[in-house]
Amino acid sequence: MNGKLKIFLKGVIDVSPLMIPVVPFGLIFGVLAIDVGFTPLETMGMSLIIFGGASQIVLLQLFSGGASSLVIISSVGAVNSRHLLYGAVVSEHLSDLKLIWKIIISYFLIDQAFARSNEYFKKNKDENKYFHLVGGGATCWIIWQSTTFLGIILGAAIPEKLGLSFAIPLTFLALLINDFRKFVNVFVIIVSGLVATLGYNIIPFKAYVIVAALIGLLSAIILTKMIKTNE
Amino acid sequence: MSNWVLIIYCGLITYFTRFTMIALIKKEMFNDRIREILSFVPSAIFPAIIFPAIFINDAGLFQIQDNPKIIAAIIAVVIGIFSRSIIATIFSGLASYWFLIFVV
Repeated sequence: MNGKLKIFLKGVIDVSPLMIPVVPFGLIFGVLAIDVGFTPLETMGMSLIIFGGASQIVLLQLFSGGASSLVIISSVGAVNSRHLLYGAVVSEHLSDLKLIWKIIISYFLIDQAFARSNEYFKKNKDENKYFHLVGGGATCWIIWQSTTFLGIILGAAIPEKLGLSFAIPLTFLALLINDFRKFVNVFVIIVSGLVATLGYNIIPFKAYVIVAALIGLLSAIILTKMIKTNE
Repeated sequence: MSNWVLIIYCGLITYFTRFTMIALIKKEMFNDRIREILSFVPSAIFPAIIFPAIFINDAGLFQIQDNPKIIAAIIAVVIGIFSRSIIATIFSGLASYWFLIFVV
């Protein structure tokens, strides 16, 4: 077996356990997209073009709430900004990569593949090491597209009164679960949540996601500064 | 804007964030303070989606009474804190919600 294929397969194997939660996430996305009024083709298009769970769910949530396109797009951008820090960490492993590979790999950069490949990069300096990221990303891609497709089919069969849209906040809650143990994070969570809820009908253009996120982040800046001053 | 144009724009912004991450951002660009603040981004942004989806009803109004989503979300958080499992969090929340609307 040649080296590239071996590293690719190692990526597939390493990322597989992380695919378990992706299955229900993809199904829920497919079901909900049909539920809020996207056509099956548009729903499949979202998974193919965007290929990002959080981005796609935010798109659905705001679309169903009647937000304008500009607000939806900027909210999706805001949701993606959470990766900038992570990127700074992993980019040093990819600095010698050709630009064309960076352009290709960018499409496959999702949380799960990222997390696994970062661990792999720390231990391996092989010149073909980035095939690990391609392997992990391709695995996620197949799971995400096939579960979206299944969700689209199931969507027509699942009754609306099951209230499956409640899976949206639950999915995002699940992503924050480690932050509920830290005081500053809990504070920021409550500030952002309150601003979004109380501002839901007041903040114009349904821009409540961005406004709440900015105020939440500002509260983090102030609180961490206060903690440092008191130390 | 048609749905397709919207989807393409959302795809572009997602793609360019990822590209920026690996091609343009360098570790040295962030000092410790900026890094610390960036680590709060998920805590600042996700609640803005979570809270309204729990507390605002289908009519767009704030609803705190007779709202099974609140109890179900609290159960999900507690299960999540103890299990640290994404799946357990989602399913305990959904199961409690269904129990509250169909059984209770």
